[in-house]
Amino acid sequence: MTTTAADTRAPSPAPSNGPDRPRPPRRRTRAADRGFNRAFRYLATSAGTLILIALAAVAGFLLWQSWPALTSSGSEIASKVSFFQGQSSLASYLGPLIFGTLLAAAVALAVATPLAIGIALFTSHYAPRRLASLLGWVIDLLAAIPSVVYGLWGALVLAPTIQPVWQWVSNVLGWIPLFKGPAADPARVLLTVSLVLAVMILPIITAVSREVFLQTPKLHEEAALALGATRWEMIRTAVLPFGRSGVVSAAMLGLGRALGETMAVVMILSPGLTYSFALLLAGKQQTIAANIALKYPEANSLGMSTLMATGLALFVITMVVNMASRWVVGRRKEFSGAN
Amino acid sequence: MTVLVSTAFGIALVPLVWLLWTVVGRGIGRLDPYFLLHSMRGVFGGMDAGGIYHAIIGTVWVTVGAAVISVPVGILAAIYLVEYGAGGRLARAVTFFVDVMTGIPSIVAGLFAYALFSLFLGPGAHFGAIGAVALSVLMIPVVVRSTEEMLKLVPNELREAAYALGVPKWLTVIKVVLRTAIAGITTGVMLAVSRVVGETAPLLLTVGVIDSINFNPFEGRMMTLPVYVYRQFTAGLVPCNNPNVTCIPTINYDRAWAAALTLILIVMILNLVARLVSRLFAPKIRS
Amino acid sequence: MSTPDGGTRPAPTDSGPRPSTPTTPTPKKDDPAMAQRIDVKDLNIYYGDFLAVEGVTMTIEPRSVTAFIGPSGCGKSTFLRTLNRMHEVIPGASVHGSVEMEGVDLYGADIDPVAVRRQIGMVFQRPNPFPTMSIEENVLAGVRLLNKKISKSDAADLVEASLASANLWNEVKDRLQKPGAGLSGGQQQRLCIARAIAVKPQVLLMDEPCSALDPISTLAIEDLITELKKDYTIVIVTHNMQQAARVSDRTGFFNIAGTGSPGKLIEMDDTGTMFSTPKEKATEDYISGRFG
Repeated sequence: MTTTAADTRAPSPAPSNGPDRPRPPRRRTRAADRGFNRAFRYLATSAGTLILIALAAVAGFLLWQSWPALTSSGSEIASKVSFFQGQSSLASYLGPLIFGTLLAAAVALAVATPLAIGIALFTSHYAPRRLASLLGWVIDLLAAIPSVVYGLWGALVLAPTIQPVWQWVSNVLGWIPLFKGPAADPARVLLTVSLVLAVMILPIITAVSREVFLQTPKLHEEAALALGATRWEMIRTAVLPFGRSGVVSAAMLGLGRALGETMAVVMILSPGLTYSFALLLAGKQQTIAANIALKYPEANSLGMSTLMATGLALFVITMVVNMASRWVVGRRKEFSGAN
Repeated sequence: MTVLVSTAFGIALVPLVWLLWTVVGRGIGRLDPYFLLHSMRGVFGGMDAGGIYHAIIGTVWVTVGAAVISVPVGILAAIYLVEYGAGGRLARAVTFFVDVMTGIPSIVAGLFAYALFSLFLGPGAHFGAIGAVALSVLMIPVVVRSTEEMLKLVPNELREAAYALGVPKWLTVIKVVLRTAIAGITTGVMLAVSRVVGETAPLLLTVGVIDSINFNPFEGRMMTLPVYVYRQFTAGLVPCNNPNVTCIPTINYDRAWAAALTLILIVMILNLVARLVSRLFAPKIRS
Repeated sequence: MSTPDGGTRPAPTDSGPRPSTPTTPTPKKDDPAMAQRIDVKDLNIYYGDFLAVEGVTMTIEPRSVTAFIGPSGCGKSTFLRTLNRMHEVIPGASVHGSVEMEGVDLYGADIDPVAVRRQIGMVFQRPNPFPTMSIEENVLAGVRLLNKKISKSDAADLVEASLASANLWNEVKDRLQKPGAGLSGGQQQRLCIARAIAVKPQVLLMDEPCSALDPISTLAIEDLITELKKDYTIVIVTHNMQQAARVSDRTGFFNIAGTGSPGKLIEMDDTGTMFSTPKEKATEDYISGRFG
């Protein structure tokens, strides 16, 4: 061994670790970033950007196509569009549609959320491992069935079968406006639609809730159990409070799906354009998505523009719901990350 | 409480079993080679004829088209997010809007594709490629999310191993990262396909309906399987008045059930194969 | 060099898979097996604005083993990674100062970091064979991943020579097509060493190569290091002072004043001197186990 470098020049007299030190020049990275390396990076980045552009394009094209309807007077639309049904303005046409969309989705959500929480808890905290994965698979299966099949089943099987049940409901609870009778026969009514929608959104709410429940800190759970809590008390004191915002956002994701569902509504519901809360009467409500699918074949150019305007409204509503739910989830992440 | 939670689960099973039972029960009778290999051309009234061949052709074309658009874009975008974005502002925006995009209603995707093509071809154009564009709007976010998850599972050590061998980043991404994750990505793509293969509403708007076979996705309407189910459903019961002609009153519903069964089988097979791929071909990565 | 010498190997083996990168600092082109000397001057290493390692100056001698020791977080691994520009893989990381290999600045404006890494190979803390590749493919990874063409016989020769240099050939010669991830931890690490030397680097950096291994595998790796130093310049980071004493010719001691302050090279000397009569008090404290 030579001793040329044996003298240690390293310990220089304590220079501070501060910004006064000269920063290294940026050119360092340039040599690596050229040729295919750079081309590939650009390619990947533009694919990412394309997604943003696509989303903006969806909004832009809908706005562009609905512009004629947005700027025409109600009477002009009424005179040219066959399905306008004597409405006085675009807003008065859109109003009941938005109402119907929200009502159907809300009822579906009210049915699906408690069920989904139950199933999620069952698979995360009650079922043995093997059973839990089997159940997860079954729920995935529900999500895999195409909506047109749900529609077919809902219209041809569920609606006739469930009619006596709805009749009974209207007999017993008819004093509540929601369940005003007599129940339509066959039951091509909003409650049947919402029931099918509930089954359709069950998987996503279950999946997200289950994720959240599984993330409950083991420490909290064990602390509860160590204090002599039963399993249900443990869930109530540790799991549910921890998962609350996650469940909220899961429900909102489900809501987003229910708002946009088309075929099940088209095939089951007997439509109407009123602000009616009667879930068991036929010909009262309609949703935006179903209305577009039904009226599209007979639409002329202004009619198409009108439908585009309703589609734009649906897009905005679902975007708001989805963004809100993502925002809730995002906030949660930061929160649980700090724990 | 255990009882209550278990009941919730039981309730969830009811519609699934009921629905599958009905579809299989009512669809199996008509699901035969004749049904799979004939179109609806020249079929009318209560004739005991007609099939879904044209719809299968259309579904294959439209779905393959959607995959051809979505898979490269989706995988590249995921590569951007995992390998290049590194939590920058653009990457965060892309992540957020990919999530938001998964919630676009399918009918809105259909309206978008319709509007996009009416810009170039004028209103009212109907052919397979428009449907493919509509479906790709629904499919891209799913591909991005699943690919992103898979790329994140590739240990950083493997990237470093490749860099230390003097392999440039782009080759590392393609030949190490993608190759390690390829089974998982394939699974994700197949699940995404199985999700869009049953989409009806956007295809109703963009691809239209037709009774005969069309092999050209760039010209003319095409029938697709989900739209076929819907069409047969809306055709409804057939009035049979002439006793001398074979006439089945429920023929349209029968065909709808059989087509629905075919659709479910396709989706199930895609799901099953996807899971098998990830189970059989995924490399064992140490956690 | 991975092959014992040029005499037993056919000439194409050497020229075939050799990286022919024009921007590569290879001063002695006629003798690719030559291990190289590395001179580091006033090197500061940053993560973003944070100065992680400060003012390192040292010379790493060719055909010898240089060990870095020091407490956790003192920057020895960080410093090691700057020697082949692996450091800058981490977003925001940068250096200031110079690292010269035989007079060529590795951080020069026209130097491609990818080419630097082909000259200066690296072995990591945890064995990381590519899980999708067989043993043979793992050894050939440096060639194949770059889309370089290599004849079948050259490839077979390269695989055998590299595995033989890594003392692994006899254990795996009958199962070259089996996945590399199926080997034991110690074998995997030797496979990674074989993979690194198959690229024919001049310098081999090892970042705590034995910390994930059992004592017997560790012994095998240490024996291997002693053999490899005949052909390579080897730099090894280790937590284990006994290991540094066993394998290295020279030892550098890194230390850190406290959390948030930069790591520094405190002292560097022949290993024997370092472990018997260190000049600095901190070194003595660390070696005698008083802290760290």
